[in-house]
Amino acid sequence: MLHGGHLLSVLIFFPAVGALALLLLRGDDHKFIRIIALIVSLAEFLFSLLMIRAVPAGAAGYHLEEYAKWINQPPINYHLGVDGISLFLVILTTFLTPISILASWKSIAHRVKEFFVMLLMLEVGVVGVFLSLDLFLFFLFWEVMLIPMALLIGIWGHDRRVYAAVKFILYTMAGSIFMLIGIIWLYNATGTFDLPTIQTLLHTPASQGGLELAPRTETLLFLAFFLAFAIKVPLFPLHTWLPDAHVEAPTAGSVMLAGVLLKMGTYGMIRFCLPLFPEASRRAAGWVAALAIIGIIYGALVAMVQPNLKKLVAYSSVSHLGFVVLGIFAFHNISMQGAVYQMLAHGISTGALFLLVGMLYDRRHTFEISEYGGLATPMPKLAAFFLFVALSSLGLPMLNGFVGEYLVLLGTYQRHWGWASWAALGVIFSACYLLWSYQRVFFGEITREKNRALPDASAREKWILATMAVVTLWMGIGSTFITKRMAAAAQDVIDQVEPQRPYEAAAPSEFKRNVVKLNATPTQTEQDPARAAANIVARERLGIR
Amino acid sequence: MPKYPMLEFLWIVPLLPLLGSAVNGLFGAKWPNKIVNWVAIGSTGLSFLGALEAVREFFESGQVLFHEEFFTWIAAGNFRAGFDLQMDQLTVVMVLVVTGVGWLIHIYATGYMAHEGGYYRFFSYLNLFMFFMLILVLAANYVLLFVGWEGVGLSSYLLIGFYFLKKSASDAGKKAFIVNRIGDFGFMLGMFLLFKAFGTLDFAQLFAKADRWPADAMGHLGTFTIACLLLFMGACGKSAQLPLYVWLPDAMEGPTPVSALIHAATMVTAGVYVVARSHILFAHAPTAMLVVAIVGGTTAFFAATIGLVQTDIKKVLAYSTVSQLGYMFLACGVGAFSAGIFHLMTHAFFKALLFLAAGSVIHAMGGEQDMLRMGGLSKKIRWTYVTMLTATLAIAGFPPFAGFFSKDSILLSTFENEYGGRNVGYALYGFGLATALLTAFYMFRLIFLTFHGRPRFDEHKVHVHESPNNMLAPLMVLALLSIVGGWLAAPAMLGTGPDYFSKFLQPVFGGVEAAGAEAEARSLEVTLAIVAVLTALLGAAVAYWLYLKRPEKTDALAKSLKPAYSTLLNKYYVDELYAAVVVKPLLWISTNVLWKGADIAGIDGAVNGIAEGATAIGDGVRHAQSGNTRSYAVWVVVGALVVIGVIFFWPFGGKAVIGMVH
Repeated sequence: MLHGGHLLSVLIFFPAVGALALLLLRGDDHKFIRIIALIVSLAEFLFSLLMIRAVPAGAAGYHLEEYAKWINQPPINYHLGVDGISLFLVILTTFLTPISILASWKSIAHRVKEFFVMLLMLEVGVVGVFLSLDLFLFFLFWEVMLIPMALLIGIWGHDRRVYAAVKFILYTMAGSIFMLIGIIWLYNATGTFDLPTIQTLLHTPASQGGLELAPRTETLLFLAFFLAFAIKVPLFPLHTWLPDAHVEAPTAGSVMLAGVLLKMGTYGMIRFCLPLFPEASRRAAGWVAALAIIGIIYGALVAMVQPNLKKLVAYSSVSHLGFVVLGIFAFHNISMQGAVYQMLAHGISTGALFLLVGMLYDRRHTFEISEYGGLATPMPKLAAFFLFVALSSLGLPMLNGFVGEYLVLLGTYQRHWGWASWAALGVIFSACYLLWSYQRVFFGEITREKNRALPDASAREKWILATMAVVTLWMGIGSTFITKRMAAAAQDVIDQVEPQRPYEAAAPSEFKRNVVKLNATPTQTEQDPARAAANIVARERLGIR
Repeated sequence: MPKYPMLEFLWIVPLLPLLGSAVNGLFGAKWPNKIVNWVAIGSTGLSFLGALEAVREFFESGQVLFHEEFFTWIAAGNFRAGFDLQMDQLTVVMVLVVTGVGWLIHIYATGYMAHEGGYYRFFSYLNLFMFFMLILVLAANYVLLFVGWEGVGLSSYLLIGFYFLKKSASDAGKKAFIVNRIGDFGFMLGMFLLFKAFGTLDFAQLFAKADRWPADAMGHLGTFTIACLLLFMGACGKSAQLPLYVWLPDAMEGPTPVSALIHAATMVTAGVYVVARSHILFAHAPTAMLVVAIVGGTTAFFAATIGLVQTDIKKVLAYSTVSQLGYMFLACGVGAFSAGIFHLMTHAFFKALLFLAAGSVIHAMGGEQDMLRMGGLSKKIRWTYVTMLTATLAIAGFPPFAGFFSKDSILLSTFENEYGGRNVGYALYGFGLATALLTAFYMFRLIFLTFHGRPRFDEHKVHVHESPNNMLAPLMVLALLSIVGGWLAAPAMLGTGPDYFSKFLQPVFGGVEAAGAEAEARSLEVTLAIVAVLTALLGAAVAYWLYLKRPEKTDALAKSLKPAYSTLLNKYYVDELYAAVVVKPLLWISTNVLWKGADIAGIDGAVNGIAEGATAIGDGVRHAQSGNTRSYAVWVVVGALVVIGVIFFWPFGGKAVIGMVH
């Protein structure tokens, strides 16, 4: 049955059913609640793996589409679909949810039932966002996701949790208001909320019944969507909600927030900004890239001087997500795939970093780096895992972070070498902040007596971390499993933005430059036989006679 | 059965040490040292045997470039990076040096580390290093090479910081990694540029394409020049050249076998290897070649001057390594790639030996590293003395030791160098010769301070003892190699045959290097060799005079040259300079300008300001809603007055308001 037409609906609503079931349970049997939540989320993960078969490598477009009328006037439809990009984002979500549940096994002690209900509802919202192909439906899930996240921070967070939750809500809402205006505008102009339909209309000339936007209108619409997504990413300078939200959120909240919620922003850019408003995207690309590059360097530098370990990881997210945005707005096939890969890799490695920081917090109830020091002696296993994750985060080859970062930079370089060169500085700084903080937390002699007898990783923690480590390693080596399934979708997005430029061939700018030079001075080439021979080779290569 | 089984399964060679590393890392904690030894030495030993067999098959196949794609690792668009290995003559040299010397050092380490905590951890890291180093030298494309490149950096980080309880050790590890990352920044950009220009990063394809391109003109910043300079930036980090050499002396915080293996014999030569591997690109970029030669020559001289005054035995050797690496780059920079690789190989033998012997000295002295507290050890640890003296003669360039031949061919090539004009060649030769003088001096200074003269330590407290056999055996083997390792080039020197080493590498470098030495060139070679040997003799003689004959003169000399002496002693204050110019400003700006300034006060201030503004407005408006009828009446009147005022007095206002009503 699941192979049939309703897999995506099952994926969205199965956690909701699970949450409902939890609500019916008695609130005081914590163990039972945890187990049920874990089973539901694991089943959801297995369901999500079924999608892989439905998205063949090399096939662009949406798969497993579901379409049903929902509201007649205005015509809001229940339209779902998955492509090579959303596929892995959904799997990332369904993978991180059981991990988050396991991570909350002991550390959440009050309102246990409500906590897991919220976590599952969060999954509903996020999966819905990634699978919706109707603008209204998308917006609905976008907002649905806000509530459980804000409650996770506001109820189960740390000291300044209410401040952080309110800040999170207001920031995001401020952005989504603009997106709502944009959606309604598009509906007014096209009479539909259906994403593929709108996309087709926007790419059809007005003479054939399509919708051609005036440059100014297109830019405004682009900005309306972009602002909502940029806040979510978060793109510099809209990032200040993130450190607060992370520091106050419980571990599971941070894992989900960094792991998947931020990706909704970059996913939105890929799914909406680029294909719907290609002209405006092209015009904005330079600005967006500038902000992304500032974010990469700025995030890394600010992370470097954080005295608070969790804030450090939060700022590192600003830096890493900068790579994603840069990869998207470089409009290059390779960098686009790199961006998506970086989204997934960041979800795993930063998720794991938050898990580890949470484990330290469970033991010592502080995030201050100065409270730690020398932890490698009492907890060698945790120290080893931490180093492994830090290395993946700083982009060590053979671990997941490298693939995305490398592809983003490589692809970006092909079109804008300056952008890539600036962004590559992030590679240096990420080593600085990660290794420096690692040294201060784990190396040296024990500086605080309290730390001397801290227990090493428990069996549950080892399972969590080992799972994350295996995925990290697998993504670092077997990256083609993912890239071959998303290549067509990524190319599709690029084609929407710049349909006139083929990217199959290497950008032969160097060849071009030589040819221009050669053509300009034909006499010189005739004089020098060696040079003339080289020219013939170069011309043949270019197909110039 | 395949015809060349080991070549077909070449991946086994790097994989064995990885397995050893994983096994020891995961289970070694509970095992006795003996089992850890078996795993570590067994895996590297098998890897060495596998490499030997692969090399034998390579010869059997008639030395055809072997290239095998095992699996695709990253693919996107037209970019593909595969787990592709290759074997050519250059690889043969590198892989044998890495596995052979690596294996010897593993054996030595079982003795040296026997009483250290974290024994399994040490060998797990050391095996991991072997894995990455083998990937580096066997890789058939730049991306896979970069895997090894970064990986050896990681192993280096772990091993330098092996004694992680010591702050200086973990500092040094971190510094090594970060400084290397600065180089890798350039290396990555170099790869991106090469991919942009040629559409591939596979060695065979890329070099074939590049070979057909016109070369950049001297002084012209074309694709080749920029790409080569960027790659060279990476090489400067990994191989500790100016200005990125600062991490290597600090890296001596690591256990001595690590210094021998990673920071002398293998990893630090990776930069030289990359330049040699990319020789086709460099041959198209004369400007880049000149830069390589100048950086190499300057570093060789610069590091040697610092080595003159250091008193820590390992620090002397560290600066010596930086200096010798400069020599190798000098060779590459003047187009003598095979001479550079030749020196890489002989250096691997005698420098590994120097470090291991120094380790034996430190071991004998119970951990003492300061040469001023040694002296007169030659009789007590005779084997260590003999082997170390062999290595010293080799590095100083006395015939017939290995270093003589490799150094000689570098000096000859430098002398004949054409890049950048004749005078540049002579100047570089001058640097090379001066370095040879300094090298002989500081090495004999080391020998005399350590092994000769009167003991300068309390003989009742320090019980000097010779090292166990598992440490001495590798010393002997390396000593033998330090003698005979250069003889491949001897026939050329004696005029009885070709330089077999460069002839062997001819298929790799043949396209860019001039053919073998002619008869008249040989007379020049002999002349230069005599000059070099005399120079080395002079250096050794000065050391003898200053440290054995007239030791009282040393202090006087240091006093009379105080500014120069303390500058050298403090390593030209480069670390202090970097701290003051780069590190501190960066931290200050990040903390005060970016974080506390822009982030907290600026952006968050604005956001919270808006929020507070909204609250204040809401507050104000709330007071208006007082429920008091009279106050409402007042508001009605005020509102009416405003509307009337706008209608009558505002230009066009009336129209707007009336328009609104309609």
